[in-house]
Amino acid sequence: MSGPIILAEQLTEAYGTNVAVDHLDLAIEQGEVFGLLGPNGAGKTTTILMMLGLTEPTSGTARVAGFDPLRQPLEVKRRVGYMPDQVGFYDNLSGVVNLRYTARLAGIPRREIDPRIDAAMSRVGLAEAAHHAVKTYSRGMRQRLAIAEILMKQASVAILDEPTGGLDPQATREFLDLIRSLKQDGMTILLSSHLLDLVQSVCDRVALFNVGKIGLIGRVNDLLREVLGGSHVIRVEATGSQLDRAIAAVPGVKRVTEQGGVFRVEASGDLRPQIARAVVAAGGDLITIAAGHASLDEVYRQYFEGVRDAA
Amino acid sequence: MRREGSALSGVGTVVLKELADNLTSTRMRLLELLIFVTGAGAAYSTIGEVRQQLSEYPFVFLLIFTAAHEPLPSFVAFLGFLIPIVAIALGFDAVNSEFNRRTMSRILAQPIYRDALLIGKFLAGLITLAVVLSALWLLVVGLGILMLGLPPNTDEVLRGFAFLLAAIAYGGVWLALALLFSVIFRSAATAALASLAVWLLFAFFWQMLVPLVTMAVAPPDPYDPYSALHTINVGMDISRISPNTLFSEATLAFLSPTTRALGPVLSSQMQGAIRGTPLPLGESIAIVWPQLTALLASVIVLFVIAYILFQRQEVRA
Repeated sequence: MSGPIILAEQLTEAYGTNVAVDHLDLAIEQGEVFGLLGPNGAGKTTTILMMLGLTEPTSGTARVAGFDPLRQPLEVKRRVGYMPDQVGFYDNLSGVVNLRYTARLAGIPRREIDPRIDAAMSRVGLAEAAHHAVKTYSRGMRQRLAIAEILMKQASVAILDEPTGGLDPQATREFLDLIRSLKQDGMTILLSSHLLDLVQSVCDRVALFNVGKIGLIGRVNDLLREVLGGSHVIRVEATGSQLDRAIAAVPGVKRVTEQGGVFRVEASGDLRPQIARAVVAAGGDLITIAAGHASLDEVYRQYFEGVRDAA
Repeated sequence: MRREGSALSGVGTVVLKELADNLTSTRMRLLELLIFVTGAGAAYSTIGEVRQQLSEYPFVFLLIFTAAHEPLPSFVAFLGFLIPIVAIALGFDAVNSEFNRRTMSRILAQPIYRDALLIGKFLAGLITLAVVLSALWLLVVGLGILMLGLPPNTDEVLRGFAFLLAAIAYGGVWLALALLFSVIFRSAATAALASLAVWLLFAFFWQMLVPLVTMAVAPPDPYDPYSALHTINVGMDISRISPNTLFSEATLAFLSPTTRALGPVLSSQMQGAIRGTPLPLGESIAIVWPQLTALLASVIVLFVIAYILFQRQEVRA
């Protein structure tokens, strides 16, 4: 199959006047681990549900593995494994019985079901607990059972919504190792999270979400390089008219974006004195000027802070 | 815009899973015990009285179902009371429990449509209900054969069977209602209470409300004798909104073959009729055909409402 395995074009979901996802464009290549990052309520889960055909988009289209989730949801769901936020199982049934039920719903041939379940359970380290009732499972075991379900389905795409939510550090580490091993199998993984560390360590590319829009998108390494070396990012808080033009005119400034009186300036070096002078010369009131973000965590925090101030 | 693939793929799997849940749950075991003890008890207690009429009445077997032995109500009255409770118990947490256990989105992410889940759950409930009622029915018939010492004749078996089908349809109404509330209310307790409230309304208060409403809607005109007839008919129509009324009328026609009409009958209409002679089964069915149709229609309407609401529901919890 050529082209991106997950594709969204102008995907929009509006509940009345409240826009959850706003004209989203996204392309994810086969074998990629892609992270959707953003605060709660940013539209990550809605985007995922539209990819699965579980929510009907208001406008725009999505394609998963070449199928339209709206018209061919069964084809999409046959190829995609989904682990919802706070995944649940039938507590009184054992892990294996839970998987058998989904295996039959997934239409896996009857005689393949048990071998596939056994293989998946031992892969995620649940072979011991396979026949215990799920109510005896810890949070981490439930998450791993959900991964076993995806493995059993032999899905080519895994969509994980907040996969490490509520896990302790040890369980999180184990879980991330599991995701890396899925990647080695060539599985495309789309995961959403509000935890940057997680995304930074496993994702090839990330998209920063806010109020239904993608603010930043790119390879983790590129984003890091942008921040740590090469270009500097300077945050300028000032009031005045047409300051963006004044700042952009400073030699060495690559890009200026404004969000409610806060300018995000990308420059070739630490141009704080020059920018400060330019703002004052343009008749603006300079309130703060800060430079350099040490980590992606900072970018993330700063980015959403800026957006929230604008809101 | 059409969606591809069958809406029914996965129904069988859902039915089997739900059926296993229904039949093994403690809740169902308790209800089965309750319905078996009370139902069989009621039938057993009447058999003594029925035996005395052995030589007088051609449909003794049917009397086991309908005769009441004070202070116990008849078997039929017990069923009219208990079937809704069993059906509500089977349905009130069908859909909302999937949300509360957070299994809904995981199940719907499998290659099935939502239709399969709802239809499967309803069918599993209906099958459970049918199994329980058929077992009870066979138990009572068996008790009758043992204690009366004679087998039922063909007509009695057919009438008994028609009654069983009406009982299942009646249960289906309550099951569909409970399923509807399980779609509407996210909390299982609220859904159960709402279903029980409707049941209370129809089981106890409807017959008290009917005369009040009738007098307000169609008061009889003292100068027009036909208006009194009109008032009675309106009252019966209002009463028939209740599935309990529909079920009791259906049972009356099936189990008491001498029933010729369910509403008021003018003496001119009785001309030439021989009082107390039983009707053939076909005629009895014809009398309550509207009642049976209404029961089935209620099941379908309630299920369709539940279906539409469920299709429009957000998957995220």
